[in-house]
Amino acid sequence: MNLKTASNSVPPAEPRNEQRNYCIGLCLALVLTVIAFGLVWLKMVSGTQALAVLGVLALVQVVVHLRFFLHIDLGKSHRDDLMLILFTSLILLLIVLGTIWILWDQHARMM
Amino acid sequence: MNAPQPLHPGVNLDVTDRKSHEKASEVIFGFWIFLMSDLVLFAALFATYAAMSTQGIAQGPAPSEVFDLGSAFIETLLLLLSSFTFGFAILAMKYSTSRLRLLAWLGVTAVLGAAFVAFELHDYYVMIVNNDAWPQTSGFLSAYYLLTGTHAVHVSAGILWMIVLAVQVMTLGTNPLVKLRLLRLALFWHMLDIVWVGIFTFVYLFGVAA
Amino acid sequence: MSWETIFGQLGWDSLVFTGAIKHPSASEFVAFGAGSIVVLGAVAVVVLLTAMRWWGPLWRDWLTSVDHKKIGIMYIVIALVMFLRALIEAGVMRSQQLAAYDSAGYLSADHFGQLFTTHGTIMIFFVAMPFITGLMNYVMPLQIGARDVSFPLLNAISLMLTAAGAGLIMVSLVVGEFSTGGWSGYPPFTGIEFSPGEGVDYWIWSVTLASIGSTLTGLNFAVTLYKKRCPGMDMFRMPLFCWTTLCTSILMIFAMAPLTVATIMLALDRYLGFHFFTNGDGGNMMNFANLFWLFGHPEVYILLLPALGVWSEVVSTFVGKRIYGYTSLVYATMCIAVLSFGVWLHHFFTMGQSANVNAIFGIATMIIGIPTGVKVYDWILTMYRGRIRITTPMLFHINFLLTFVLGGMTGILLANPTVDFQVHNSLFLIAHFHNMIIPGVLFGMFAAVQYWFPKAFGFRLHEGWGKAAFWSLAPGFLLAFFPLYWLGMNGAPRRTVMWSDPAFYPWLALAMLGAVLLLVGTVFLLVQIGVSIRQRRQLAVPLGDPWDGRSLEWSIPSPPPAWNFAVVPQVGGRDAFTEAKKNGLAYRSPAAYSDIEMPCNSMVAPLIGIFTFTLAFALVWHIWWLAVLSFIVVWGVVIARSFVSQTHEIIPASRVEAENEAFLAAARATPGVTRDLEMSPENRGKAAPDRLEQAGQKRPDDVLESAI
Repeated sequence: MNLKTASNSVPPAEPRNEQRNYCIGLCLALVLTVIAFGLVWLKMVSGTQALAVLGVLALVQVVVHLRFFLHIDLGKSHRDDLMLILFTSLILLLIVLGTIWILWDQHARMM
Repeated sequence: MNAPQPLHPGVNLDVTDRKSHEKASEVIFGFWIFLMSDLVLFAALFATYAAMSTQGIAQGPAPSEVFDLGSAFIETLLLLLSSFTFGFAILAMKYSTSRLRLLAWLGVTAVLGAAFVAFELHDYYVMIVNNDAWPQTSGFLSAYYLLTGTHAVHVSAGILWMIVLAVQVMTLGTNPLVKLRLLRLALFWHMLDIVWVGIFTFVYLFGVAA
Repeated sequence: MSWETIFGQLGWDSLVFTGAIKHPSASEFVAFGAGSIVVLGAVAVVVLLTAMRWWGPLWRDWLTSVDHKKIGIMYIVIALVMFLRALIEAGVMRSQQLAAYDSAGYLSADHFGQLFTTHGTIMIFFVAMPFITGLMNYVMPLQIGARDVSFPLLNAISLMLTAAGAGLIMVSLVVGEFSTGGWSGYPPFTGIEFSPGEGVDYWIWSVTLASIGSTLTGLNFAVTLYKKRCPGMDMFRMPLFCWTTLCTSILMIFAMAPLTVATIMLALDRYLGFHFFTNGDGGNMMNFANLFWLFGHPEVYILLLPALGVWSEVVSTFVGKRIYGYTSLVYATMCIAVLSFGVWLHHFFTMGQSANVNAIFGIATMIIGIPTGVKVYDWILTMYRGRIRITTPMLFHINFLLTFVLGGMTGILLANPTVDFQVHNSLFLIAHFHNMIIPGVLFGMFAAVQYWFPKAFGFRLHEGWGKAAFWSLAPGFLLAFFPLYWLGMNGAPRRTVMWSDPAFYPWLALAMLGAVLLLVGTVFLLVQIGVSIRQRRQLAVPLGDPWDGRSLEWSIPSPPPAWNFAVVPQVGGRDAFTEAKKNGLAYRSPAAYSDIEMPCNSMVAPLIGIFTFTLAFALVWHIWWLAVLSFIVVWGVVIARSFVSQTHEIIPASRVEAENEAFLAAARATPGVTRDLEMSPENRGKAAPDRLEQAGQKRPDDVLESAI
């Protein structure tokens, strides 16, 4: 594995890939953001439908961030990091959905 | 030539700095775990917000009455761009021998981050002046201010951290310790942008569309 | 520049002593007494340190140390000191309840309210948590063959945050009053409208300090277990105590955040008039219980899992057998950890949800009993056809198996919402959770001290006093808490300052007797330590292996050197030290020694401890300038530290070699003792091959071992 002694004016070939990753990530995130804002701005979705569509767009954008900015993928060498994210996601789901369910249920019974 | 095996999230230094790369695995994993616990903190704030934005409006204004989508859009662009520029800062740290490039990208990131916070504070100001929407007005507003405020405090802390690290780059140079700190700040910054995706979606967009 | 600007809400009336002088009563005198003990105790410590010239060593060798072993011991010292306070508080409450039959007793209701609040808060956050954290801190790195945890300075900072929280709660005995809202602090009672004083703020900030410390500890331990295991130690070759440490750490990382959110929200309500939990204006007080128990349920498994790990170590060592069902124990631990996140609603079945919600969580709660049962069977099967040595830790273990299982069954009863509606917040509930924590966690920690004390200090604890302590503590627990099951089923509520039902009286008297026995047993443990120090030459076990231990910590000297292992060990399977002893590979000189890099001491941790204490104190008393100043200093220290480059020192190979070779030579030269001489002065810490473990001997076929 050579150690690069790159000059500071011309970036060597390798960073191009990494730079490309960031550019792809930025573009995808921008597109998803514009779609989400556009749908709401133009009043094309509302209510539960909005929740579902916006939720999916957000989830995709989060995956884009993880993949292109944080370089999380299915690679074996950093399986621990992926496992940690998945376990955390499980806990996050339990906390958010559990809380929403419980508080909504209580609220309904108070009506 | 085998493709380098990344050992941890974010940019890996395996190609340009073996010594730092070996230390990075443990240190970055620890920071990654810290970020997970921070996410749980935000999850609890989100869950509370979800309940209070529908059940806790009381006599105060509703979400659609106080949220400015234009401002939220600008904030989103600012933060997203700052995540992108931080990525380039790290690439400069990894590949370039010039500190100037790294400091320049860091500077741009900090400015974008500061602009983000400024816009948020302006949002709060407008809400208070136009709608009398203080955090003390209702449960919904308490939850809104805490959720977005916690995020803004994290961003501000990140900017402060960036300044400290910029000073360290200038005084100590990019030694392994400084590089590992920049890598951690990068993870922190990207994670804050991920949290913002949740905020602009479920607070602002859904608040207006519900 | 008014008084309030400088001193906030502090005044002469804030001192506990003025209460007894201005409006004397029995209750005030008790408070006076408690405050005096704190002040006199502090003075005594200062006098002792000065007279013995221990300030220097205290600062150099302990407070600025980042060594996991020193940090572990300091955690346990905090735990024991706070235990004495909370135990006495329990005794005071018991005596008040005895005195208050058809009368007001001698304590005011407000004072009683503070007592049950501090008792619970201290026992959970400042006894049980530091105890398990200190134990895991000491033992886990040794068991995985590491030199320290991954982040030693962070470790020290976590300790100091916990100490700051403990300090705050001790100061509350002298200055001001504490919360009367119970350790769970439910609003709106703990909101500013119904608890306008400083009490709830004391609770909020001491708990927040402790919880931040715990989150950082969990992070530290998890990274250590993932990244610092010695070569050859795969995950499934770790001792079980390390597995429980890993699962506990994961729980700590994820569970403390909801608590921080809940307490910060309550603080915002109280300080700034927010409406998270107010009774109106859109507040939702049920959300506090929801957030608190999202933390609270994993918390009780945080407390329990390390104790379960201790039991695995104790039983396999004192039965002289491999633990039965290692893999099942690992998976059971993981199941308990994951399931513990799905049951939190069972703490508030009665809060108004519909039956469906209650039923789902009730079923989930019952399911946790299954992996726990698997563990109990594994321990029993380890003992079956083994050679059991009835030592103090083993006594605690057998008592645990019998008593804890009973408590677990009452838990299954409570898991049924229909039953829970009858006994929620009654003494039945109190009996249940003390039944889990005392024989489970507390006795587990006491057993761990008996077991690992010789490793840490180089001499055993006096076995006679240990057994005496057990025979007072075990029946003491039964007497103090089993009557409470009956009382609870017959309608006695918890947290009650006075009674009028004559049928309750004999049971409360029995409970008082039990409390006295628990106190006596604790005194015996303290006596045991004193006697052991006096007799430390006869009890000395410097060669490090008094019990014929199975894991790596027993292969190094007692006490271990700062660097733990002269050469990082290489292991080939489970119970690595037992295998080495069996194959004649123990106490072999390493091929080569090299320099060892160790982290230097640092004053960052004690500085952070001092200034987070002043920050919290200032927030409680509204001394805003002090709060801002403390906050700036804390972060200033952190930033300043990041500019320090010389954070490690090199221990030369020659020194490591000299010390290690001396130890190995002594170990090889000393004849080992068989287990019947384990408790005699002949035991210098080297084990002779036991009947079952001699190399080349045919294994008797009456030994039961599992395939996995």
